[in-house]
Amino acid sequence: MSRPRHPWHDGAMADRNAVHLVLGDEELLAARAVGDLVAAARAAEPDAELRQYMAGELVAGELAEMLSPSLFGGARVLVLRSGQDAKKDVIAALLAYAKSPDDDVTLIVQHVGGAKGKALSDGLKSAGAKVATVPKISRPRERVDFVTSEVRRLGGKAGDAAAEALIAAVGNDLRELASACSQLVADTDGNIDVRTVSRYYKGRAEVSGFNVADAALVGDVSGALEALRWALHIGVDPVPIADAIADGVRTVARVASAGRGSAYQIAGNLGMPPWKVERAQRQARGWTPDALVDAMQAAAECNAAVKGGSDDRAYALERAVFAVAAARQGGGAR
Amino acid sequence: MTVWADLVGQDAAIETLSRAARAARAVVDGESVEPGAMTHAWLFTGPPGSGRSVAARAFAAALQCPDGGCGVCAACHTTLGGTHADVRFVVPEGLSISVSEMRALVLRAASSPTQGRWQVLLVEDADRLTEAAGNALLKAVEEPPARTVFLLCTPSTHPDDISVTIRSRCRVVTLRQPPAEAVAEVLVRRDGIPPNVATWAASAAQGHVGRARHLARDPQAQSRREAVLAVPRRLTGVGACFDAANALIEAAESEAAASTSAVDAKEKAALETALGAGGTGKGAAGAARGTKGQITDLERRQKTRATRSQRDALDRALVDLAGFYRDALVSSVGAPVAPVHADVAGQSAAAARRWSPESTLRRLEAVLECRAAIDANVKPRIAVEAMMLALWRG
Ligand SMILES: [Zn+2]
Repeated sequence: MSRPRHPWHDGAMADRNAVHLVLGDEELLAARAVGDLVAAARAAEPDAELRQYMAGELVAGELAEMLSPSLFGGARVLVLRSGQDAKKDVIAALLAYAKSPDDDVTLIVQHVGGAKGKALSDGLKSAGAKVATVPKISRPRERVDFVTSEVRRLGGKAGDAAAEALIAAVGNDLRELASACSQLVADTDGNIDVRTVSRYYKGRAEVSGFNVADAALVGDVSGALEALRWALHIGVDPVPIADAIADGVRTVARVASAGRGSAYQIAGNLGMPPWKVERAQRQARGWTPDALVDAMQAAAECNAAVKGGSDDRAYALERAVFAVAAARQGGGAR
Repeated sequence: MTVWADLVGQDAAIETLSRAARAARAVVDGESVEPGAMTHAWLFTGPPGSGRSVAARAFAAALQCPDGGCGVCAACHTTLGGTHADVRFVVPEGLSISVSEMRALVLRAASSPTQGRWQVLLVEDADRLTEAAGNALLKAVEEPPARTVFLLCTPSTHPDDISVTIRSRCRVVTLRQPPAEAVAEVLVRRDGIPPNVATWAASAAQGHVGRARHLARDPQAQSRREAVLAVPRRLTGVGACFDAANALIEAAESEAAASTSAVDAKEKAALETALGAGGTGKGAAGAARGTKGQITDLERRQKTRATRSQRDALDRALVDLAGFYRDALVSSVGAPVAPVHADVAGQSAAAARRWSPESTLRRLEAVLECRAAIDANVKPRIAVEAMMLALWRG
């Protein structure tokens, strides 16, 4: 009986009678890897009985019963979560079992890695368990990749800019990002751009301002104006938008003048988060020092105008967008 | 020595005020005076340091003094020292006067003078009154009791500083920026500061008496000024501009924190004591809720004061910086005027040789625009960054 395999997820393929170790502390990804393994095992053996335990709550006797050959032969899938919490005798029983696993049992142990319960993770590895390592996502680039691939996984499409906007709106938590991705894909045709993100997270002023500044800084006047009109349309106050424009110019100026070096080094020197540095490095192309002086001037004038000096604050923001883009285009007034 | 002795370089104002004090004495003595010779509401305006509150205080003393401000009698002494029973001082400072406090003050000012002359309510920084407190004051100013005088101090008569209606009820005394020699003379005479230090400080403080005194006495103020005057030569590129902006903002913040944090803590402790924090028993829960509200309110007002204090500190730094570019400009056009910052005159002159007069002027304007921008509520960091970049490019 041959069954289709997931070609893109070899590490999580469940074979019968196998022992699997899912290693890593990215909670969402670990849970997914476990889920994939269970699904694969049950795809192979639809009648398999599934039992799940928190490893720390399990006693050795129960485990022995679960793992011992069944009189009636039925297939079983046993999932032990938080393997790092397992008690000593449970670890011993698991390691003993892993050396001669039962044909009818698929054992999946999830472990965060690290020092706690290392005897179990190391022991399972040397006993020949199949290891699926879930990567820790901490770098901004990885998080952007996570979002784009998450959207792809759900059947949609999102570029880096949209992913960055989403991260800026939702934050760094993968679960929240994943659920935001699935909501966006479900509610749209799947093509997710910066505007889609703005529309969904309209309450968050910083996102709107960020979109305006972002587009203006790369010279995308129409994109910036569109983002601006949208932000004003949904009632975002002009002040945070003006602040975001100034912050965008400031960040590009500081990063551009920080010289060469990795985003991490520069981030450390400037006291900025690395993702901000990376984004500014991309945006800094095409800017001269003179142009940055003009852009900062425009940002300051805009700030004054929206703080009450101007009758038409929307116009002041539009003018700042034009001025920032024109500064970049012209390379500076003098 | 009369009460006017500390009013530096303000001959015209002194003349006006002395004449009014004489008329006021005539009123007290029951003599008839020309209508308008004495006025119940006065507005003292002038640039920071010109001595608005000094003038108002001196005038208050002149009103209470049987000799029109002799400077030596008990009335003069107690008024200048802030302890005269019929002279009340209001110093909003950012801890804004609440409406009810203002009403109480106004009510008090309406009572008969205990010493038989005038009830005086002196509001320093009247531009910092809240609108509601200003309205409470306006009612009194509109219908002043016979023996009550209101003395208000603001930087200017601009509607941002004082409401048009209050302004229209007041007689305006405009003070000018005193010349440096006059300021130095006061520092030597009254504060016993050595003449060479006094001359330097008076010039560096650009006519601001209080600032000159502070500069002459406080080493920290001196080093802050040195750091500000080093800014022009530190601006070597875009990155350096942002660093300089950051340093300037942080210096202003720490200067402000040093001046407000001790007061903040004291006020909070006093309020908690007054409210009997930690009380138990019947009604304690309800009282605690009210208490929390009052403490939150105090913290909010303290935050306003801290912001104000930061802006003031930043403005002082910007005035110093403007002085440098002004000196460069003076040097580049060869004007026969003494430099503001004599101690770094070599640097401003060297800068002037490197820059065209037009670009020096643009730099000076950039500093002045930054001050105006911060005054107009632009985020200080943004305004200072834009200024530093303009100073770098010229
Ligand atoms: Zn006297």
